[in-house]
Amino acid sequence: MNLKSHKGLILLLLLLIIPLMVESNYLYGTLVIIGLYAIIVQGLGILMGYAGQVSFGHAAFFGLGGYTAAILTTRFHWPTLLALLASAILPGIIAGLIGRQTLKLRELYLALATLSFGILVHIFFNEGGELTGGPSGMSGIPNLSIGSFEFDSDQKFYILVWFILLMLLIGIYNLVHSRTGRALCSIRESEYAAENAGIDCARLKLQAFIFSALLAGLAGGLYAFYVTFISPSPFSFHTSVQFVLMAVIGGLGTFWGPVIGAAVVVALNELLREIVPLLIPGAGGEYQIIIYGVILVGLMIFQPKGLSSIGQFFRLPLKKEPTTEVKNRG
Amino acid sequence: MGEQLLQLLFTGLTLGSIYSIIALTLVTTFNVTGILNLAQGEFVVIGALLAVSLQGTGMPMIAVFIVSVILVAILGGLLERLTINRARGASSLSMLIITIGLSISLRGLALLIWGTDTYSLPAFSKGGSLLMGGAALNPQSIWIFALVAVTLAGLYGFFEHTFWGKVVKASVYNQTGARLQGINLNTISFLAFVAAGGLGAAAGVSIGPITMVTYDMGFMLGVKGFVAAAIGGLSNVGGAVIGGILLGILESFSSGLISSGLKDAISMIILLGVLLFRPQGIIGAIRERKI
Repeated sequence: MNLKSHKGLILLLLLLIIPLMVESNYLYGTLVIIGLYAIIVQGLGILMGYAGQVSFGHAAFFGLGGYTAAILTTRFHWPTLLALLASAILPGIIAGLIGRQTLKLRELYLALATLSFGILVHIFFNEGGELTGGPSGMSGIPNLSIGSFEFDSDQKFYILVWFILLMLLIGIYNLVHSRTGRALCSIRESEYAAENAGIDCARLKLQAFIFSALLAGLAGGLYAFYVTFISPSPFSFHTSVQFVLMAVIGGLGTFWGPVIGAAVVVALNELLREIVPLLIPGAGGEYQIIIYGVILVGLMIFQPKGLSSIGQFFRLPLKKEPTTEVKNRG
Repeated sequence: MGEQLLQLLFTGLTLGSIYSIIALTLVTTFNVTGILNLAQGEFVVIGALLAVSLQGTGMPMIAVFIVSVILVAILGGLLERLTINRARGASSLSMLIITIGLSISLRGLALLIWGTDTYSLPAFSKGGSLLMGGAALNPQSIWIFALVAVTLAGLYGFFEHTFWGKVVKASVYNQTGARLQGINLNTISFLAFVAAGGLGAAAGVSIGPITMVTYDMGFMLGVKGFVAAAIGGLSNVGGAVIGGILLGILESFSSGLISSGLKDAISMIILLGVLLFRPQGIIGAIRERKI
């Protein structure tokens, strides 16, 4: 890792210490959600930014992870850690089944397939009867525990989630700078050229898709253990759209994009909820929705590369570095 | 049993015709601009809700229909100028997200103006249901069939027999070539959204009397339109119509004979099945890219 990324990581670590001093459960809660979303958006960012594919079904993978953890622990009394593992693996397998056919085709097909898959899974959560608990969901999910250590407070969960996210950030940094990462970059630049260079594009895209589903499932499992209650509503199509937005708002193919995107979208939702009633007295949620949509459209028009392209500090030259490395070798 | 099946067929045909119109607008916009418009369902809802308000002022239904179509067509054009046109040259992903943003804002706007109430519209013509073979056919269904026929005929006439139709066709076949001939692609994109708005509103006003109208029904209508378009192969006008009707009939039969809770699941399973096993669309025979 070079100096620039160190600078960012150190800044992030410093920022992460602040909540530990404030000790507000509201802050912890918001940050856990941002962290979980950032984990999902990391995977989605690889899929969108490097493999050039978009998924509108990641809320379904997120939900499948959550429901897997919930069902395995409450109905089958699995140990929580094992259930968490399963909650990541199951969405990965399903993603493999969906992606195998659709990723061979042009860009819109995966988007449509994941869109329909997402809606289908949401219907399954609602109509699943005994298994999923229907629209009212299921409660009584135990706390996540490793040995005798139990993650039973907001603070502990906050540390766990952001620790996982930091490990993931470092892992993705290394991935992007590996042969696989350069191959992914080359797919983004030109699929034909990549194929000619001997890269199996369909396979690599499939791997990226499975990886992103694994991460979404993991985040879902963590979510279930965090709230200890699960219902279909957080896993609708609108959540999938939010994930895509976070990835795009943060900036595709950038190192800090997913974290920034997740933080900005969550903060924006919270802020709009607080500020709009102050500006327009008596305003309900509808203004919030309108402003949210308008901001989205505006961002796409005026800042299509995402927020992280504004500040150089947050951006790693991921785009250029692989080419210079290749040049140096040549 | 026979009557019940016929009844389900009528319902399916009505439902399917609506899906067809939405699919038609999606396919036309997609062919002409390369943009998959996720806000299409919102045009349908706003059209229907506008009609509800206009109808409240005592206007005759025919005027309500026309005014609502014109207003939403203007809205479609306005939104294209304000957003899509500004973002010209952006990736198809950015465009998709812009249409999602538009759909979110329009839904918010609809919620703001019309609230969460459920509205209904009066039928276009008075009179009871027509009895055919023991099953009742709602006269409104005939209006909807007529709308599909007129839309198809209109599109055919426009593309095959007018100068502008040929211009649009040329730019679909070869954008660069069309531009070299002095065709302004911006104008064509604008026209596509005007048409999408107008046709969406026409669909909305027509289904109002049959289904109830709520501010949030646009999303599912849009998705059903996609399923229909995907069954037809996404860029095929004929396929979109057949896909829509097929989808409507399948939905009607599955909800009537199996379970109504699974109605939406059926269409998603169909879409997923088509995409996984037959991505060129089920209707392979009429496959060529035709608008």
